Amino acid sequence: MAKVTLENISKHFNEVVAVQDFNLEIEDKEFVVLVGPSGCGKTTTLRMIAGLEEITQGNIYIGDRLINRVPAKDRDIAMVFQNYALYPHMTVYQNLAFSLEMRKLSKKEIDERVKEAADLLEIPELLHRKPKQLSGGQRQRVAVGRTIVRKPQVFLFDEPLSNLDAKLRVQMRGELKKLHERLSSTIIYVTHDQVEAMTMGDRIVVMKDGFVQQVGKPLDLYFHPINKFVAGFIGSPTMNFIETRLIASDNKLWVEADGFKLKIPEEKARNLQNYINKKITFGIRPQDLSKASAPIKGETIEAFVEIIEPIGNEIYLDVKSGRDSLIASVDPKTKVVPRQNILLQANLENIHLFDIENENALL
Amino acid sequence: MYESFWRKFIKFYLPLVIFVIFLLFPFYWMFNTSLKPMKELYNLKLNPFYIHQPTLENVKTLLFDTIFVRWMYNTFFVAILSTVISLGTSLLAAYAIQRLKFKTSGPTGLAIFFGYLIPPTILFIPLATIIFKLKLWDSLWSLVLVYPTFLIPFCTWLLMGYFKSIPKEMEECAMIDGASRLKVFWRIVIPLCLPGIFSAGIFAFTLSWNEFLYALAFISTTESKTVPIGLVTELVRGDVYHWGPLMTGALLASVPVALVYSFFVEHYVAGLTGALKE
Repeated sequence: MAKVTLENISKHFNEVVAVQDFNLEIEDKEFVVLVGPSGCGKTTTLRMIAGLEEITQGNIYIGDRLINRVPAKDRDIAMVFQNYALYPHMTVYQNLAFSLEMRKLSKKEIDERVKEAADLLEIPELLHRKPKQLSGGQRQRVAVGRTIVRKPQVFLFDEPLSNLDAKLRVQMRGELKKLHERLSSTIIYVTHDQVEAMTMGDRIVVMKDGFVQQVGKPLDLYFHPINKFVAGFIGSPTMNFIETRLIASDNKLWVEADGFKLKIPEEKARNLQNYINKKITFGIRPQDLSKASAPIKGETIEAFVEIIEPIGNEIYLDVKSGRDSLIASVDPKTKVVPRQNILLQANLENIHLFDIENENALL
Repeated sequence: MYESFWRKFIKFYLPLVIFVIFLLFPFYWMFNTSLKPMKELYNLKLNPFYIHQPTLENVKTLLFDTIFVRWMYNTFFVAILSTVISLGTSLLAAYAIQRLKFKTSGPTGLAIFFGYLIPPTILFIPLATIIFKLKLWDSLWSLVLVYPTFLIPFCTWLLMGYFKSIPKEMEECAMIDGASRLKVFWRIVIPLCLPGIFSAGIFAFTLSWNEFLYALAFISTTESKTVPIGLVTELVRGDVYHWGPLMTGALLASVPVALVYSFFVEHYVAGLTGALKE
């Protein structure tokens, strides 16, 4: 096991910049998730660590070893691919044993390690089948098994769960996390699914257009997103963004939208002097809106219910306030009907404000 | 039941039977002619589809009055060697073009393809000069060298399509697993491409087995001839066609090819459709 250091990593495909100036220090035994929309450079970054893609600029270290010019086969890493990439002409046993054969281990040791991995993943009865005789979940396990027999320094996962159905995905998510604890290994995991990132990662790296947006613990990203992109990417349903104007009256600061006017708590108001009378983006998570019984000045929003989406443990309300659309996630026992006017209480402690030009967080 | 049988008969069995008759008729005609005595062949009053007085005279003439066995051996020798050379070369070429992605991989692939488009009727004159300078004139080795000129482009293109169907991740995974490029090729790519390699091989074998023009141009000694040339030059004397031995020879020469096809037919179809079953 080892830490992984990425120093100013860049990758250009001819003119196209895939990754720009990527800096990250991944601690030993850490589970780091790279997350972002497709084309953000997360897979390219992983492939550079794996040695499948050349590095245009920068340095990658595993432990203290500079691996820029080390071929993939000598990097002592293991990788699970999105489509699993099992060798279809080999049995599960041969699939698991392949990397050990390549490292010229003795037959006896190969056998021990393969059986150990198969037991760990609860697939010993599948060892003599071919990949095409396995279900999606079983293939997934074999792909993971193929990496753990190696006992590598670093595990790389490239969207390993995206080919599974929703239920299996949740199950495998838990299993991978357990596996991480049992192996106490360094894992770098790529996904486009923010839920996967939040639930699995010790730390999350949010990427967009080749640039790292923010690195942090899951809840730090949730509560303190550094910009509008991270705020919108993390959390489900997506944060509501509304174009508002910041105004000052009664010695207080307010955000004023078409349909509502909310008071900014004093401790948040300090750095906003330069933005008074300017447009800013106001953000609030659906979970921070709940049904109110009576209007309170600066805290409630009058809204018109358009659609009701019951999820079970909560209800999503698509509402309209003035010109602006919002989603509120309210208690499942809330009584609402479509085309009804309701009052929503905003949790002002958790509001977010963003510069309208550069989209950076202001709070 | 009754109706569905007739339906199936019209839709499936009837066309099948017509097709089979159409395909097998040449074989039947060769077989038929090879067992007829000369008298019967030229008698137009007799039913041509029936053998009235079967004889093995033609077989005897072919085997003992000509050196047919020697021609068969020559053809085998040339076909197998040139197939092996072409397959080996094409495997490496196709893999390099498809996977290594060097700067000129696209143009190289195209150039190989254009090479295939030049007809042998244009090529055989310059090739003859080369063969002459290499002092291989009238030797079977000239054919072993020349046949790959049209076999390699063909096999390369067939295999390129096949390599394309192998997920790149599989190779990348093997490399991360600790395999070198050559090991990946040997342990992953070749086993997965067997159907493609089979079909390329069968095609190469048949093409060289049937080749006529180069063999006619480069070989003149009777002992060095291949079957297609031997039959035509030795059994058509002036304007006299020795139909009996000629057809016997044609029949015997087509048997190996038919056997090769029927043994590998499944691989062959899979290879042409490029279907990699996971």
